[in-house]
Amino acid sequence: MAPSAYVWLLLGAAYFIIPLYATLDFSLKKNVIGTPCCTLKNYGWVVHNGDFWHTIKISFLLALETIVISLALFVPTIYLVHLKLPKLRPIIAFMALVPFVVPPIVMVVGLLRTFRGTPHWYYGTPWGFLATAYVILAFPYMFFSLDAGFRSIDVHTLTEASQSLGARWTTTLFRVILPNIRSAALAASFLTLAIVMGEFTIANLAAFHTFPIFIQYVNESQGFPAGALTLMSFGITWAAMLALLVVGRKRGARGAVIAGAR
Amino acid sequence: MSYLQLENLHRSFGSFQALKGINIDLEQGEFLSLLGPSGCGKTTALRLVAGFDQPNAGRILVEGKDLTRVPPNKRDMGMVFQAYSLFPNMTARQNVEFGLKIRGKSKGDRAKPVDDLLELVGLAHAVDRYPHQLSGGMQQRVALARALAIEPRVLLLDEPLSALDAKVRVQLREEIRRIQLELGITTLYVTHDQEEALAISDHVAVMYGGVIEQMGTPAEMYTAPATPFVAEFIGTMNRLDSKVTDGATGEVEHSGLRLQVDAAKGRRNGERVLVLIRPESLELEAATNGSAPNSFQGEVLTQTFLGPVTRVKVTGSGTNLIADMSTARAAALPVGARVSAKIPSEGAKLISLPDDGPGLPVLDPDDH
Amino acid sequence: MAVEGRRVGPPITTQAAPEALRPDIVSGRKRRSLAWIATLPFFAYTIAFLFVPAGAVMLGAFQDKHDHATFSNIRLLFHHPYIDAYWGSIRISLITAVIGAIFGMFVAYAAIREGTPRWIRSALSTFSGVAANFGGIPLAFAFIATLGPLGVVTVWFRSSGYDLSTKWPHFQLFSERGIELAYLYFQLPLMILVIAPAIDGLKREWREAASNLGAKGWQFWRYVGIPVLMPSFLGAFILLFGNAFAAYATAYSINQGQNIVPILIGAYYTGNVLDNPHLAQALAFGMFVVLALMMLIYIPLQRRSARWAK
Repeated sequence: MAPSAYVWLLLGAAYFIIPLYATLDFSLKKNVIGTPCCTLKNYGWVVHNGDFWHTIKISFLLALETIVISLALFVPTIYLVHLKLPKLRPIIAFMALVPFVVPPIVMVVGLLRTFRGTPHWYYGTPWGFLATAYVILAFPYMFFSLDAGFRSIDVHTLTEASQSLGARWTTTLFRVILPNIRSAALAASFLTLAIVMGEFTIANLAAFHTFPIFIQYVNESQGFPAGALTLMSFGITWAAMLALLVVGRKRGARGAVIAGAR
Repeated sequence: MSYLQLENLHRSFGSFQALKGINIDLEQGEFLSLLGPSGCGKTTALRLVAGFDQPNAGRILVEGKDLTRVPPNKRDMGMVFQAYSLFPNMTARQNVEFGLKIRGKSKGDRAKPVDDLLELVGLAHAVDRYPHQLSGGMQQRVALARALAIEPRVLLLDEPLSALDAKVRVQLREEIRRIQLELGITTLYVTHDQEEALAISDHVAVMYGGVIEQMGTPAEMYTAPATPFVAEFIGTMNRLDSKVTDGATGEVEHSGLRLQVDAAKGRRNGERVLVLIRPESLELEAATNGSAPNSFQGEVLTQTFLGPVTRVKVTGSGTNLIADMSTARAAALPVGARVSAKIPSEGAKLISLPDDGPGLPVLDPDDH
Repeated sequence: MAVEGRRVGPPITTQAAPEALRPDIVSGRKRRSLAWIATLPFFAYTIAFLFVPAGAVMLGAFQDKHDHATFSNIRLLFHHPYIDAYWGSIRISLITAVIGAIFGMFVAYAAIREGTPRWIRSALSTFSGVAANFGGIPLAFAFIATLGPLGVVTVWFRSSGYDLSTKWPHFQLFSERGIELAYLYFQLPLMILVIAPAIDGLKREWREAASNLGAKGWQFWRYVGIPVLMPSFLGAFILLFGNAFAAYATAYSINQGQNIVPILIGAYYTGNVLDNPHLAQALAFGMFVVLALMMLIYIPLQRRSARWAK
């Protein structure tokens, strides 16, 4: 391997590993002054913390809700576009780029203003306000993933074959189309999971108590447990991405897209 | 003295030996094809000559100078790749003048040679198109012009026509040969298409398993294959696994049938040989009651219409034979007809087989 | 009539079935209008939750406390500290985009090029996918743990007698440089992921052909490699810029007082200084304008660099 390649890869590796190592170091510290390592007390603190489980559950359920709504909304639409309304595709593709141009910080400002007068079950609970916002956040990733999935199968032939055998639309959709885009849908779902589990901006400004909010609170108030928490949250992201890679590799889908909690 | 010399080239990749000692001498202006199936080492050899790879042993010499350690950008050879080699961000003209630009030729100096070359390959009308706007055949013409622009000492072509349509292939190979003859440039050509190699080369070297099985003119390769592999690889050949029964008279025995083959004279009795007969040499007639001399009795299995010629497959005595005959004559021998296939005693060739060897090499049909 | 040597059967006639008898066309038309209706939920949703809120922000930027039309909020943007926040955001975004793009490309190329073992490429790909998502709050902590006042690296240097903040490079995590360093943690992987397909697309044959024609390494890059990569590079750069520009959580977690636009916007909602909601909207509108301007610069550049492409 060329020596210059070595240098770049090593530099890159160092840059990425050192912060992770530092986090690990913090998470195992007993206190600030350099007493000898190590303790698992911080991890214990996290695991025994009620808020930890509470917020993780909220974020996780929120992710599930987002995924379900997204799939229910986008799969039939993209299916129809591929099947019957191909002219619509560029329009929807353009719309899918809008969330990239309208940052979450801007979007939450607009959402808070627009829906201020709405009833509490929507405006005041994460299952309403946050979920609908997260569906929009996930929209670009959902669209490009599902779109690629639909493009890789022959939608027309499958649909016509199914109909010629007597199936109704619902049957065709659920038993023929869905299984075939399964890996694209799964990939998009894992991506959405990562997004929701890491989303801070909207949750913060709209004052909901999700997992990232909890992490920030711990960051501000407790030094060492924050390290343990950070690593655990990193592990969750890592697990989601790994699942995405496994799923993606099965059908040869292209590399992971970036969800970005920023 | 030879112009391009490959001296005892060896190349291994781990435990796999791609080249096991190749020796080639090319005269100036000669066109040599390296012909063989995938994996035989022909592309490896070409890449060694180009300098993209280093041999484990052996040398490469041009005009007597040892180039083995010289980097590829200093060897002064022009290479045409199989596909995708045109720089996508440059027009045809810019691609062709690239080599001259690198050599520091000014824009004015570059213009005429480039224009001339593009005209030579028949693309004067498309000089300002980008590669994605050109068909496969046109791209390869540009690639050829680009390789020739630097006035290389040696022209190397790595299966340049494999990725093209059949008709384009035939047309372009004629042009490559024409240009090569016109410029008199020493050329090394790699292909797996034996018809292509035989059609345009001065000499052909058939490779298999990292060695050169036989090297000679196309006519020699076709009429007098020296090894079982070459016999199988070049053209279609009837091969009869036989044993010499009488070396004095040239009599051999195949599947219980006694045949007279002149080439068997002088062989020792009991020797295992391969009798080779080209399909066009086999004479087919409707079977008569008596047994004609030096003939197989059998019946027509299939007929394949090839235009002026029809390929007739005959089966009998546990052997299948292929005979090419004019379509008119083939009409008289429909499928199922009983026929007698006469083996011309002078027309058949002979190759020795090891006495208890593995028999005939099995080839991937796609390699033809 | 029989042609010599061949048999010809009786002529076969075909007729297109009259349209009235072809069910698929008739119901096809009907079904297409049904299909339009079926896409309504999607459009309704995106309009309601994306376009209307975005529009509300744009409108609100031009209103005052009493909902009258005004430019006063917009005008305010050009004063301190707001204009400084914009410059800060733009600076950070440009710097992290440039550094991320260039270094990301080097790292990606190092991993993908011929001589490198395959496992390195897979490892880099996997890691990049994860690291690009490791942003926001957890990332902020990781950097505090590394380069903060009590960070591992800071302490290590200090114990060797070298105070990073007072001597070169005068580094403070809670500064613009610190934020940039943290942002690179997700910018670099993003670049690697986005540019990898383009690097894959650099065919080996081009390198070899260039070499065969006499070009040295740098000549290949200058005349072929970089021009071919440029369109993808520009696209990746814009992506990186937008990514950094929009980022909120990381900066918030490292330094809540950081003077960038997202923090400023958030300041209103987290109950700090601003008491004018329309100012927050004006700030958001300003972000949108900056992004639009970047696109205006980017699009012609991109088109020019991809003149030769399909």
